Amino acid sequence: MVSPEQRDEVEMLAMMLLIRRFEERASQQYQAQKIGGFCHLYIGQEAVVTGAVAATRPDDYIITAYRDHAHALARGTSADSCMAELFGKATGCSRGLGGSMHYFDKAHHMYGGHAIVGAHVPLGAGLAFASKYRKEDRVTLCFFGDGAINQGAFHEALNLAGLFKLPVIFICENNYFAMGTSVKRSTSLEQIADRAEGYDMPSEIIDGMSFREVRDKLSELIASIRKDPHPAFVEVRTYRYRGHSMSDPASYRTKEELEKYRLEDPIIRLRAQLTREGKLTNEQFDALDKKAKETVLASVKFAENSPEPPMENLYAYTYVDDGIDPQVVDPGVSPAKPRATRPASRASTAGKSREIGSQSKNGDVADTAAATPESA
Amino acid sequence: MREITYRQALNEALAEEIERDPSVFLMGEEVAEYNGAYKVSQGLLDRFGPERIIDTPISENGFAGLGIGAAMAGLRPIIEFMTFSFSLVAFDQLVNNAPNMLMMSGGQFHIPITFRGPNGPAHQLGATHSHATECLYANVPGLKVCTPATPRDAKGLLKTAVRDNNPVLVLECELFYSHKGQIEDEGEELLIPLGEAETKRNGSDVTILCYAQTVPMALKAAEELARDKINAEVIDLRSIKPLDWQAVFESVTKTHHVVIAEQDRPFCGVGAEISYRIQKEIFDELDAPILRVSQEDVPMPYNETLEKAVLPSAEKIVAAVKQLG
Repeated sequence: MVSPEQRDEVEMLAMMLLIRRFEERASQQYQAQKIGGFCHLYIGQEAVVTGAVAATRPDDYIITAYRDHAHALARGTSADSCMAELFGKATGCSRGLGGSMHYFDKAHHMYGGHAIVGAHVPLGAGLAFASKYRKEDRVTLCFFGDGAINQGAFHEALNLAGLFKLPVIFICENNYFAMGTSVKRSTSLEQIADRAEGYDMPSEIIDGMSFREVRDKLSELIASIRKDPHPAFVEVRTYRYRGHSMSDPASYRTKEELEKYRLEDPIIRLRAQLTREGKLTNEQFDALDKKAKETVLASVKFAENSPEPPMENLYAYTYVDDGIDPQVVDPGVSPAKPRATRPASRASTAGKSREIGSQSKNGDVADTAAATPESA
Repeated sequence: MREITYRQALNEALAEEIERDPSVFLMGEEVAEYNGAYKVSQGLLDRFGPERIIDTPISENGFAGLGIGAAMAGLRPIIEFMTFSFSLVAFDQLVNNAPNMLMMSGGQFHIPITFRGPNGPAHQLGATHSHATECLYANVPGLKVCTPATPRDAKGLLKTAVRDNNPVLVLECELFYSHKGQIEDEGEELLIPLGEAETKRNGSDVTILCYAQTVPMALKAAEELARDKINAEVIDLRSIKPLDWQAVFESVTKTHHVVIAEQDRPFCGVGAEISYRIQKEIFDELDAPILRVSQEDVPMPYNETLEKAVLPSAEKIVAAVKQLG
């Protein structure tokens, strides 16, 4: 069954290309030390999020783990702001304050980028709870990897979602490895999808290298959930071509295994389908790829030329105050002037409590002024 | 004014905020059909229904996280922990998710959530059920922590917490649920700002800083000290983060002597930070070292006599004040 909400397939192929080229460029920029921290690439898994997003409405909630670049891109976050986030720049999708693992884009209903394995699965249940509480027909897509399914938070969230009949699809992107530990070595079940049985929710196993299969199967589930809220679980079998993160050579698997999956490449597969059906010429494909490469290259320039997050905003993102835009400089945090001389006597300190009261409410300014966004 | 219990005060706060704002709901173990493990949510299920007063399974990590997700989507959850000792099962949600979201998202997501429930040692509950968690949570940037000691503060602080756009922990005193106190009449709006201490007793010789369970102890100690002609000022901090530094510094500037009576443990406890700030900001005002009365630095023993030995008390506060000379 093909959902009426599905988006143009050529457009989605272009998105898969954008994701792939973005990740390749991110890898290069990471090696050039333009990107800090950890960086986890999505190459090989493009059909999963692209197919899933093709099945959603723009106002459906999406939340995922730390391998999150593609989820933002697929949802419509610009390559510019995605690349700028990796560079830690103020123009990034999280203002340069989240980094690779913490992409957020509220306008596109992309609710993060969460880096503690399994810890966001209850948040996904919470997003779905909010939809149901407000009697909206939004569906939440909660993505996570095969490494998350052995965390307590995962199980608690699935139980709550089953109990409360929450409109959420738990999407396990099974790429067969939790960092370097294979599913066989981590999970007591043969099939991850069988986890759903324990929580009384329908489950599916989906070929994650097939854009169409991901889109169509999720479309069916979403239609069912919109009609009558309930959770569902899908195990999407996919493969990451690169290591867990940039520092991982992936020596725990063979070249032969990788090559086997490369033959299943999701981009090649969708391209072949579209070509066979007369919907895409080689020239058109090359043009799409060229455009993706150009977009990504431009995003690197954009990131390079973007400003750092302003130092004076350092305290603006710890507490949000009623009516105050957190992105505005907090006037209460300008560093206090050091006292020039020790007061000679108590009499001379009469006004001191006011002076102290005017210092940062958040902490000890003198001790924190050394912190920089670069080091944070 | 009228007199009600701490429990009734919390119940009124919950009812008023749930009534006022449709995005507020209460969730936790036994909050609905059982009417609350400590009967704080008595009658709320009948009044507001199961969509807003929601029982959960024993899954602190799960329902704390669910609340945070719901807050990301714009609701204002009140999450009850049966005790904050159990919040440790949800520590990751409280430390990693609720307070970090604003920074990690570059200001896109704030988390207007209230976590509430009893905190601190009660009576002979043993080591696992006796945690005073205020120093753990006050250490985390992005969280606010308040510690009401009276019915009036319980109501006023909880209502403020629910309306705050940040994650706020309301750490209640299990032993105080039946305590009575004066409070504004029903229908009169009572909001007490976070970060405002209250001077419970004026004095000139020593400042006793206290909060939560140590407030009655400090007041009792002050009465005893008065018999020895020592006039103690007693300040209930009421909120640990933000903390009313101005009230602290002004009192110390007057008395020049400080004893901090805290219900948590000594190492990296609340009093450690307060002592540091006092000596850093107004060192010259001090006529003696700052002394702290806290728990002993041991897991809580079950035995009643030993438990008493671990806990702060009025006697220990009196002794500390006298030690100041």
